[in-house]
Amino acid sequence: MRLENTGIAGTLESSDVMVTVSPNPSSGIDIQIDSAVSAQYGDEMRETVQAVMREFDITDAVVQLQDKGALDCVIRARCETAACRALGVGFNWKGEK
Amino acid sequence: MMERKPSLKRTSLYVSGTSPVNMIQAGFYNEDCMVFDMEDSVPLAEKDAARLLIYHMIRDHRPAGKYIIIRVNGIYSEYIDEDLEAAVRAKPDAIRIPKVEYANEVKMIDEKITAIEKEAGIEEGSIELWCNIESYLGVLNAYEIASASPRVVALALGAEDFTASMKAQRTKGGQEIFYARNAVLMACRKAGVEAVDAVFSDINDLEGLKADTTLTKNLGFDGKTVVHPRQIDVVNSFFTPSAKEIKYAQRVLEAVEEGKRLKKGAVTLDGGMIDKPMELRAYTTLAQARAAGINV
Amino acid sequence: MVNAVGREMPEKIGSYTVRPFEGTGKAKKVLEPVVSKRRPKLGPEDHNKLCKDLKEAIQKTGLKDGMTISFHHCFREGDMVIAQVLTAIRELGIKHLRFAPSAVVNIKNPSVVSFVEDGTIDRIEASGIRGELGDAVIDGLMEEPVILRPHGARPRAIETGDLQIDVAFIGASSSDEYGNCTGQVGPNACGSLGYAFVDASCAEQVVIVTDNLVEYPCCPTSISQQYVDYVVVVDQIGDPVKIGAGAARMTKNPRDLMIASKAADAIAASRLFKEGFSFQTGAGAISIACTNYLAERMEERGIHASFALGGMTANIIEMFKKGLVRVLECSQSFDAVAARAIAEYPNILEIDNSVYSNPYTKGSMLDKLNFGVLGALEVDTDFNLNILTGMSGEMMGGLGGGPDVADGADISIVTIPVIRGRTPSIVPKVFTCCTPGESVAMVVTEAGIALNPKHKYYEMLKEDFEAAGIKTVSIQYLCDLAISYTGTPKPIETTDKVVAVVEYRDGTVIDVIRQIKR
Repeated sequence: MRLENTGIAGTLESSDVMVTVSPNPSSGIDIQIDSAVSAQYGDEMRETVQAVMREFDITDAVVQLQDKGALDCVIRARCETAACRALGVGFNWKGEK
Repeated sequence: MMERKPSLKRTSLYVSGTSPVNMIQAGFYNEDCMVFDMEDSVPLAEKDAARLLIYHMIRDHRPAGKYIIIRVNGIYSEYIDEDLEAAVRAKPDAIRIPKVEYANEVKMIDEKITAIEKEAGIEEGSIELWCNIESYLGVLNAYEIASASPRVVALALGAEDFTASMKAQRTKGGQEIFYARNAVLMACRKAGVEAVDAVFSDINDLEGLKADTTLTKNLGFDGKTVVHPRQIDVVNSFFTPSAKEIKYAQRVLEAVEEGKRLKKGAVTLDGGMIDKPMELRAYTTLAQARAAGINV
Repeated sequence: MVNAVGREMPEKIGSYTVRPFEGTGKAKKVLEPVVSKRRPKLGPEDHNKLCKDLKEAIQKTGLKDGMTISFHHCFREGDMVIAQVLTAIRELGIKHLRFAPSAVVNIKNPSVVSFVEDGTIDRIEASGIRGELGDAVIDGLMEEPVILRPHGARPRAIETGDLQIDVAFIGASSSDEYGNCTGQVGPNACGSLGYAFVDASCAEQVVIVTDNLVEYPCCPTSISQQYVDYVVVVDQIGDPVKIGAGAARMTKNPRDLMIASKAADAIAASRLFKEGFSFQTGAGAISIACTNYLAERMEERGIHASFALGGMTANIIEMFKKGLVRVLECSQSFDAVAARAIAEYPNILEIDNSVYSNPYTKGSMLDKLNFGVLGALEVDTDFNLNILTGMSGEMMGGLGGGPDVADGADISIVTIPVIRGRTPSIVPKVFTCCTPGESVAMVVTEAGIALNPKHKYYEMLKEDFEAAGIKTVSIQYLCDLAISYTGTPKPIETTDKVVAVVEYRDGTVIDVIRQIKR
């Protein structure tokens, strides 16, 4: 699925992350990370973003993370919220067990 | 009906669903119950974000040894169904419903929860309910609300909205909620559920909090809602049972054990009958004693 | 080779010969006399000490390429002396100096980096380097490794001759024309000049830099005219707002308050918490809160302290005024209240950093200290502390007196949150070992207190905690808990190049810091 709109979620408070999911003019998921801990957790952050994009069937998007030391579960929650907002859909709770 | 395990409810700390750092830190304070809030502390535009944050936070980092509660948005709000979808799947110990006024509201929420439990493969009836009583209607119907569903384990008085519904002035002395406190307590005692007292809002007035919590304890409440971490230790300290209370609780439980051993239908102590609520209260007393560092 | 805390290091780093750390309490008796380059007498022509500007003073000292210059850091982030002196030196074309301040404060415009880049400075010895300089050093800015020493090790290095100072530049908020000077009074007062005493007594030449020339004799006097060669008046020596900015205000963070309160409970539970006890708490947010909780516990129990030691803050002055502490021994003043207090009260004393923390004297005050509260960036499961490098290996702090206090105090208490953001603070192995675990009695976190089973007072503390009903957890539990939140971080990759040497208080090397691979 390609995106038409941009979705933003999260804040720049400590332990949070601001995630921006926007249309990608070229193809694929382009992940941009701005984080003090990207050397330690950059790979995990990318994996989480990719997993959320797969969950939403988003194939082409630019995903920006302005990270202030967010835990993985916070990154996931913010990515899901941003994706829902970009797509203009509610979260599919039925998929969660 | 599911067998409910007694648990400590001395302090319930509200934690906003907007703040990851507050959620993480609250797991380390001494509150007995942690209330993840989707309602008042979350702006309308952030309801979707709060749901996901609370859900993932509880799933990934559920603090050990705490009773986990999620406060959902109002029963008639546009958010309630999705809130329940998220809240039930997070498998908290309880869901806290704001401004309950009628028993049928509890039944309606109960049914919705049951449906989601079924769908998500969660044991039916496992999630408990706390009903916030925060209007004169809630107070008047408190007993019916408390006994509307076996899920209900506690009523919690909300003083700000209650006084607004009464056209009363909210004061630190709390005379305006004195009747409501007693009415809710009586309903809880009759229904065999726990009674949780209202917030003391001035987080900078610890002396005022002590005076207010003295009343909370003396009236008979099982605990109190708190809005700031600094209130936790003060409130907990009031719920340290006396040696006499501990002794009595131990005698109640000994009598219950004795009754079970002898396969007696009704168990008595000092000529009076011990019912289920009395037994649960005895467990709670001992748990409070242990939480205060007393060896029992 | 590998030292006693399991750290691998080369035998020689540039021109620095490594003596590996062998464990605490291994300091040997020293019979050789103290090394000082101080000259006993000036010529009659030198008795007019007042110079018209810094350049004249520098020229008169005869400062040459390759020499060693020193400064104190008592003006902290408000320091304006270092930049002015280095600029004058640069303009005089003097190169390849060894820069040996008591600590490198984060000065900007110009930054110290620019003086390294143009060759004015080519060696640095200090207690810590952070900010722009720290980043540049960790990226391999310098040929020679930076030598980092805790507060107690610097006077040791100077007096044993490891660090010989040619010219000491001492900023003073008031001075007379003959060099009697102090930091206690004047428009830009910093309080105690504790770090400057050893420089004054051991450097070959001493230049006082002031912006407040007072009538002879200056009173009070901290550093005496007998040590001073030259006096220079400049427009401004410090920014008074930033001089006191080193200390944090009372925190409102409930997590930090909880840690502070637990640390105070731990102190109050100890049998050493009795009439006449002594303590040092420090200037971090948690430390300041801990001081306040400690004052409450003292009032509740009617206990008074004989002395408080080290860097002073307004709230310790408050305790003193209430009569809770008999004497304050100030090696540093962290805020304006503490800076003023020395001149106001006879029992608030300015002390030489060497008498505070140097293990190589006939007696340092730390030898008499009961409780020391410390901060750290990381603690590992051997209780080793990292107080220098951050999550990505970047320079975050200074050694300060941390390793000294841990070793000197009977009971050293590390206050630290389990996680900061996504950074675990309790880790399997610290990136840089600055303080050996054997000198750390306990770690206090929001998730519980871990006692160090290898500490000399473990059994006593365990007994006292049991009696007081204080529960403990294991350090491994705290480490596992931290990682359960953050996930396991990818290790920091380094090259073989050693960019900094971390000395222990006895002058042995406890760890080295290698260049970060980018």
